Amino acid sequence: MSTSTLEPKSTSAAPAGKSGNGAPRRDSYESNMVLATQTFEVVGTRPVRHDGADKVTGRALYGADLTLAGTLHGAILRSPHAHARIRSIDTSEAEQMDGVHAVVTADDLPEAEDKLVDVGEGDTRLSYVHGNVLANGKVLYQGHAVAAVAARNQHVALEAANAIVVDYEPLPSYMTAPEAMAPDAVLLHSDLRMKEFGEQTDKPSNVAEHFHWTAGDVAEGFAGSDVVVERTFDTATVHQGYIEPHNVTALWNHDGRLHIWCSTQGAFVVRDVTSKILEVPVSNIKVTPMEIGGGFGGKIPVYMEPVAAMLSRKTGRPVKLVMSREDVFTGTGPTPGSHVRVKVGATADGKIQALEATLAYEAGAYPGSFVAPGGMCVFAAYDCANLSVDCYDVVVNKPSSAAYRAPGATQAAFAAEQVIDEVASKLGLDPVDFRMRNAAKEGTRRADGPKFRRIGCEEVLQAVRDHPHYAAPLTGPNQGRGVAVGFWFNVGLESSCTLNVNTDGTVHLVEGSTDIGGTRTSIAMQAAEVLGIAAEEILPEVVDTDSVGFTSVTGGSRTTFATGWAAHDAAQKVVAEMRARAAKLWSVEADQVQHAKGVYSSNGNSIAFRDLAAMSSKTGGPVSATATVKPRGVGGSFSANIVDVEVDPETGKVEILRFTAVQDVGKAVHPSYVEGQMQGGSVQGIGWALNEEYFMGADGTMENSSLLDYRMPTALDLPMIDTCIVEVANPGHPFGVRGVGEANIVPPPAAIANAIHQAVGARMQRLPMSPPAVWAEVAES
Amino acid sequence: MQSIHVRTKINGQAAEFLCEPRQSLLEVLRDVLRLTGTKEGCNDGNCGACTVEMDGRIVPACLVLGAEAEGADILTIEGIAQGSALHEIQSAFLEGAALQCGVCTPGFIVASKALLDSNPDPSEEEIRFWLANNLCRCTGYDKIVRSVQAAAEKMQQEATS
Repeated sequence: MSTSTLEPKSTSAAPAGKSGNGAPRRDSYESNMVLATQTFEVVGTRPVRHDGADKVTGRALYGADLTLAGTLHGAILRSPHAHARIRSIDTSEAEQMDGVHAVVTADDLPEAEDKLVDVGEGDTRLSYVHGNVLANGKVLYQGHAVAAVAARNQHVALEAANAIVVDYEPLPSYMTAPEAMAPDAVLLHSDLRMKEFGEQTDKPSNVAEHFHWTAGDVAEGFAGSDVVVERTFDTATVHQGYIEPHNVTALWNHDGRLHIWCSTQGAFVVRDVTSKILEVPVSNIKVTPMEIGGGFGGKIPVYMEPVAAMLSRKTGRPVKLVMSREDVFTGTGPTPGSHVRVKVGATADGKIQALEATLAYEAGAYPGSFVAPGGMCVFAAYDCANLSVDCYDVVVNKPSSAAYRAPGATQAAFAAEQVIDEVASKLGLDPVDFRMRNAAKEGTRRADGPKFRRIGCEEVLQAVRDHPHYAAPLTGPNQGRGVAVGFWFNVGLESSCTLNVNTDGTVHLVEGSTDIGGTRTSIAMQAAEVLGIAAEEILPEVVDTDSVGFTSVTGGSRTTFATGWAAHDAAQKVVAEMRARAAKLWSVEADQVQHAKGVYSSNGNSIAFRDLAAMSSKTGGPVSATATVKPRGVGGSFSANIVDVEVDPETGKVEILRFTAVQDVGKAVHPSYVEGQMQGGSVQGIGWALNEEYFMGADGTMENSSLLDYRMPTALDLPMIDTCIVEVANPGHPFGVRGVGEANIVPPPAAIANAIHQAVGARMQRLPMSPPAVWAEVAES
Repeated sequence: MQSIHVRTKINGQAAEFLCEPRQSLLEVLRDVLRLTGTKEGCNDGNCGACTVEMDGRIVPACLVLGAEAEGADILTIEGIAQGSALHEIQSAFLEGAALQCGVCTPGFIVASKALLDSNPDPSEEEIRFWLANNLCRCTGYDKIVRSVQAAAEKMQQEATS
C-alpha cells in the first residue's frame, strides 16, 4: 500500500466523448477523475465483471425468466379506489372459470399478530406488512392488492381476477401530508396513535410519528444573524423506476418446504417476513434471489411472495406472479412527496448561526416514510451549534412508500441547499466558499445527536472548488450554474461469506448479497487483494438462503462495504490456513511462514498460492473459510454537484448542459462501477428534479401509470455525467470503503434549482421543475 | 382459442411455433420458445427492454403479435454473439462497464448493433437519439454511449485493417 496526496491518480479507460448537443469541449480535463489516497494491487483496478458475459448475451436468469414444469400463472386484483371499506368480496364466478385453479384473499392469510418485524432497514408492525400484501377490510390506495388468482396462463388469470366482485364503500382520500394532518381528516387507520418524541401517545391521528431534535438555542442564533432566510418547499411523489417489474415464483412442496424464487434486494428479508406473515418457521422457507433488474430500495419490501406461496399451497403447483408496469406504479413503493420548511441564519462574516427545519413526508398507506433520515441529513453538511429539526411521518392514500436511494435525504436537501444558496448570495459570498466556511468535520454534532467521525465533507467541497468545471465560463443567455451538497449515512448490518479454495488455485466465493450493480466483483476483489491473486481467479456466486449465512439487504450502500468486509475476513482465514499448510511442507511453525502478494515463504523456501492450493490434499485436505460480520465502522458519504443549465424562457424547458458529480466514497474498489453509481444516482436525481411525478386525479387515482406518461430521463435528455471520486479513507473499513450507492442522488434537484435561479432569477420551491412550473415562475419573477 | 401456426426465422434458424392470436411476439419468444434474453419492462412499447430486430428494423417485441412474425427474419440478443466470440458491442459494454443490473442491456445491445450496421460512425448526438427508445435506470447512459462509441471505433479499425 502506498499513500499519496490529493491528486488525480487514474482516469477511465473509456474514450473521451465526441461533442454533441452543443456541449462544451472537455478535452481540457478528465471526465472521470479519481482523487486517490491509497493504492492497492487489485482494489482500485477495473476488471471485467464476473457476471458480465451472462448479462450481455441474455443468458442471465432474472425472476421472470424462470418457468418451472407445471407452473401456474397468477394475477392480482387491485383496488380502483384510493380509500374504501370492503363490504364483501365474491370470488365464486372467478373460481368456476375454465383454467382457474385457486383464488386467495386476506381471509386465507393467518391473522396478523401485533408484533414488530424487521423489514430490511428497520422494524415495522407486522399488521402493516400483512395489510399491504392483501387488503384486510379496507383499501388504502388505488392499486392496493385485494385478491389473487392462479390459472393456466396469465391471460386466464387476469380475466378471472377481473371477474371477482368487490363491493366497496368509498371514503374520503388524502394525497398530501398537510391534507391528512388537518384536524378534521378521516383516519386511515382507526387504531393508529401518534408516537411523539419517542413516546407512544393515545392521540388518534394520521401522523404516525413526530420526531424532534434540538441543540443549542435556535432563537438566539437567529437573533444574532445578519441574514435570515426562511422558505417552504414541496416535492411530488416519484418512483424508483427500476426497469424489471416485481416477480416471484413460489412452490409449496408436498414435504411442507416452501421455495421462493424472486427479484429482491434481500433474500433473507423475504424469507423472514414471509415466515412471519404465513406463520411458517424460517427453516421451512428457502429463498433463491434471481438476478435483479434494478431496485434502488424499492425491491426491499415484500409484496407478492406470501401471495404466491398461498396460491401454491392451495394448488400444489408452482405459481408465478409478475407485475405489470401499472402494478409497479400503483402497487409498489414510491418515494414520499414532502412538505419542508427550512430557516437559516448567518452573520456577515459567513458563519451560520442557526438552522431550523420542519419536514412532513407522505408515508403512503402505512407508517414509515423515511422522514427521520431526512431530518438527520437535512443539515448534516453544516457545523452549527444551534439546530432544531421537527419531522412528521404522515399516512396518506398513496402506495406504501419504500426506500429510494438515500431515502428521505433528497427532499430535505432540495429545501436546505436552496436556502443555504440564498443566504450565501445575500451575504455576497461564493456558494462553495460559504459552504466551506461552515462545513461539517470530524467531531461535528449532527442534528440527531451523533458526532461525526472522519468524514469527507470539506474534501468534497474542495474538489468542487478546484474542479475545472467550476471555473469554466457559461456560454450564453439564460444559462446558470448551481451547486449543492448531499449526505447519506450508509449502513453496516450483517453479512456472511465463504471461500472454497480449488486445487487449480482459483477460489469460489459464496455470498448472499443480491448483485444489483457489480458487487460480485467488488466483493471478490477484496478477497483477491488479501489472497494476492487476480480478481478473475475469484469466482463469486450469489446463492440461496439455505446455502450461505445470514446476509442483510443490498441497500444502505452496504454491500461492497460489509459483504466485502466478510470476504476480506474470510480471505484472512484462508491466508492463515495456507501459512499452516506451507509450514507443514517445510516442517516449520506457521508463524515462521510469511505471506506477501500470494507468495508464502520461509527460510529461503517459497511457494505460490496456486501451487500450495494444488497440494491441499497432501497438506491436510480442502481449504475453506467462512466469515460473518456486523461492522460498526460505518462511514457516511458526502456528495456534491456542479450543474450548468439553460432555461428556455418561452417554454420553461430546462436543459442540462453540463453535470459534474463529486463524492467521497472512502475507497473506490472498482472505479468504473463507482462512477456508474454516481452517474446513475445523478440521473435519477435529474429525473426527480425536472420531470418525474405522480399525477393524481381528484379521486386519488394515478393518471400517468405508464413509462410514456411517467417520463424518466432518456439518453437524449442528458449530457455525459462527469465524475470526481474523492477518497477520504473510512478508518472503520480494512480498505477504507464507505459505500457509494446513495449519497449521489441527494444534491441534483437542489443543484439544478440553484442553477435555474442563477439563469433566470426564479426560486423553484416545488418539484418537479417541469416546463409549465418553470415557465410560471419565470413569468412571475 | 384456436392457435395459429407460424413459420419464421429466428437468429438465422428456421423456427415454427403455435400461438394464440392475442399473444405478442415477446410472449412467444419468452414463454413459447424460451428465448428469455429479451426482457419485459412495460409491455406497452415504452421502455425498449424487449427490442429485437425484425426484417432489418428494430421493434419492441411487445408491440408485435406473434402471428405477425410469419415469414419474418428475427434477431434477438441470443443471436448477437457469433459462436464463442462476443460481438464488439458486447465486449465494449463489458470493458466500458455499461451495465449495472443488466436487465435493459439486451435491448440496448440489439438497438446499438442496428445503429452501427446502418451508421458505422455515429456522433454522440446520433447515438443518444437512436437509443432514446431504450430506458436504463441504473447507468445514466454515460457509459452506454461511450461503449457504443468505443465499439464503433473498434469495428471501423477492423473494417479498414
